[in-house]
Amino acid sequence: MVTHENGGGHGQHQPPSGFIRKYIFSIDHKVIGIQYICLALFSVFLGMGLSLLMRLHLAWPTTHWFFFKGGLMTPEQYLALVTMHGTIMIFMVLTTAPQSGFGNYFLPIQIGAADMAFPVINMLSFWTTFLSLVVMVSAFFVAAGAPIGGWTSYPPLSALGESAGPGQGAGETLWIVGLAIFCAASLMGALNFITTLIDLRAKGMTLGRLPLTCWTWLVTAILGLLAFGVLLAACILLLLDRVAGTSFFIPTGLVITDQVITWHKGGSPLLWQHLFWFFGHPEVYIAILPGMGVTSHVLATFARKPVFGYRAMVGAVCGIGFLGFCVWGHHMFVSGMSPYSAFAFSILTMTIGVPSAIKTFNWLGTLWGGKIQFTCAMLFALGFVSLFVSGGLSGLFLAQPSLDLYLHDTYFVIAHFHLIMGVAAIFGMFAGAYFWFPKMFGRFLNEGIGKVHFWLTFIGVYWIFMPMHFLGLAGHPRRYFDSSAVTFLQKLQPVHVFITIGAILTISAQLLFLYNVIWSLFAGKEAKEENPWHATTLEWSIPSPPPHDNFGGLEPVVYHGPYEFSVPGAADDYIPQHLAPNLVRKA
Amino acid sequence: MLSRRMERGSTSVALAFAVFLIVMTVVTVYIFWAKVWWFPAPINDVGHEIDAQFMRTLLITGIVFVAAQLGLAYAIFKFRDQGQKAASFEGNNTMEIVWTIATIVLFVGLGLYARNAWAEVHFMGAAPGALQIEVTGQQFVWNFRYAGPDGKFGREKPELVSASTGNPVGLDPTDPASKDDIVSPVIVVPSGREVELTIRSQDVTHSFFVRELRLKQDAVPGMEIHMHFTANDPGDYEIVCAQLCGLGHYRMHSILTVMSEADFEKWMKDQEAANQ
Repeated sequence: MVTHENGGGHGQHQPPSGFIRKYIFSIDHKVIGIQYICLALFSVFLGMGLSLLMRLHLAWPTTHWFFFKGGLMTPEQYLALVTMHGTIMIFMVLTTAPQSGFGNYFLPIQIGAADMAFPVINMLSFWTTFLSLVVMVSAFFVAAGAPIGGWTSYPPLSALGESAGPGQGAGETLWIVGLAIFCAASLMGALNFITTLIDLRAKGMTLGRLPLTCWTWLVTAILGLLAFGVLLAACILLLLDRVAGTSFFIPTGLVITDQVITWHKGGSPLLWQHLFWFFGHPEVYIAILPGMGVTSHVLATFARKPVFGYRAMVGAVCGIGFLGFCVWGHHMFVSGMSPYSAFAFSILTMTIGVPSAIKTFNWLGTLWGGKIQFTCAMLFALGFVSLFVSGGLSGLFLAQPSLDLYLHDTYFVIAHFHLIMGVAAIFGMFAGAYFWFPKMFGRFLNEGIGKVHFWLTFIGVYWIFMPMHFLGLAGHPRRYFDSSAVTFLQKLQPVHVFITIGAILTISAQLLFLYNVIWSLFAGKEAKEENPWHATTLEWSIPSPPPHDNFGGLEPVVYHGPYEFSVPGAADDYIPQHLAPNLVRKA
Repeated sequence: MLSRRMERGSTSVALAFAVFLIVMTVVTVYIFWAKVWWFPAPINDVGHEIDAQFMRTLLITGIVFVAAQLGLAYAIFKFRDQGQKAASFEGNNTMEIVWTIATIVLFVGLGLYARNAWAEVHFMGAAPGALQIEVTGQQFVWNFRYAGPDGKFGREKPELVSASTGNPVGLDPTDPASKDDIVSPVIVVPSGREVELTIRSQDVTHSFFVRELRLKQDAVPGMEIHMHFTANDPGDYEIVCAQLCGLGHYRMHSILTVMSEADFEKWMKDQEAANQ
């Protein structure tokens, strides 16, 4: 074996000794991965807190709560919660944890590298993300409060400043600046992931031997590279409209509360929608693809079977990535876009159901004939499959413009995207957390608490989001402060109460997870052996937690595919990727 | 090292998982089946077509949903670790090809089938002679303008917009054609006669949504978007705003009244008289 020297030009094998270089401004991908996970963990509890406030208000709109000034929520507070919940969850949780968090930690190890290709850029992308979170959250603390334009921030509402509503002043500006910074951070991260995966694979780690997790991180990074650049441009244009008097998105002759806006001319609100959704739809896959990778990985490991149809799975991931850029118009069926484009987008969107269905069939094929072990990681991966099916199928309704005419911007859409890109993606992360925690910290998460956490969460998310489909069928528009002005909404109030009870249950259950993480870090059962799950990929060939440069300065050599479980003729029911063929014990 | 107990597939966990999936599936299917919460009945022909397409989609997704959830439940229970040896197959190309083609046919076919209902509303304009009504969204009200006896919409100017003085759409009094224009906070249409809406917005993006027409269209500032419908059933139907437009979004509400041709003529006469 040769001494490890990689293209990144950082041959250092000794960990830095100072606290700041080791834990704060670290260039070690593992520390950065944990930093991202901590950021996501903080954000997910913040985001859930915001949703809890919304749910309490929606269920009991006239009840006085001590945490609102005067006891009651105002419409602008509600819309600020809507906006910030969505933004924080999508960017700070669903984009960071699965990719920048777990991906950062495990991509280099799974391909046999000592670090990411550009460790300093890696550090920069984390701290840039952190800055973006700080800027965004600071929107809560400016005079008129956080923005009320929703996470999609459609102009002219988002472009006209405070005259369009409270929160649309400094709060909205901070939101845009925060988002632009986030785009820059994500671009750096995406470049790093792609380069690392292409350049730093160990000997023998061919593309056909890449774990599916790595495939999904690769495709996600490519999506990020192509999508965040566009969002960055859109954010800059929107910012210019607000602060520099340009008119990219603001048309001529607007009248706000009887006042004519004379200083803006000739812009197009639809331009923003095209730019935003050109990013926004791939973003859905940025959130869910890594979860798919983790699910495939965990299902194979705990069914003790190879992934069914590995090549088909890789093809489906690439297909989803490609088609993900061809379907953004399905967010704009009622926007005034050409009806002919709408129809074309519709057919392309129906097509993207095909690779999604292939993945589901292959997951069932992976379980079929297996020997299923119900670890917490496995439970969450199985939950992912169920949620992916439930959340994905409603997409077939929304993809048809004639049906979307009714369902667009109703609770049906909320149910759809929460199940698939929210909850399913988070189940993928939970599966990853229970699976990799012993590798990361040398101790297991408590499986008993984990099972309670799983059941409460699994039941809870169906409890919350299934009924929202029916609110949507009844025509309930989203982003409504209350039902007081609309007669047909008033009889739906019991459904809101039901959903809120489910939300309280589910959010409380997440405290169990937090407790489990903190308790297990210090007192969890020690993971004494390197490979407690009898898994096959390279991270399980090194100590837990891994040493500073992962493989102790040696470059691993890969001899096997990623999922060689229950191979006929072998004594053990798994063959690690790094095990030389002559060392595989015969039965 | 895992304990032996943890390595095994617990029958109770497998059973609980399978039972949960079955119960969730049955309850979901029942609520759709029994139509506990559902759309209101449509009042136009396109609405019936859209509902038929919804039911086709529901049937196909319903079958896939039930098959996938129950298949998952079965696999989880059947293949739990009882000390058996796992199978070692890595895939099956024939099956991959079969289910790829099957889903393409099913999903894309469904999408193509949906073309008619969409085309009827969007590819074809209103027939000549349709009743013209201009819909204007503004924070947080809808206004509806009829051309009046001269059949012509008069000029509007943004600088004349003044909700407080009763000119919410900015009618220009110097244009003779605008003198007889009728501006109403509710929309009244005759049953059985085609109506063409010109949807616009003064300030931010709104969305005109009437459930019973199965119709939703954004009102985009800077654009004039045409929609058409023929309502058959007299009655009052609620109009809501479906696109976030600011803090009063939830109360941006109006009423669509469908009445007989005779009643509509009378309503129009009353409006014209009030406008003198």
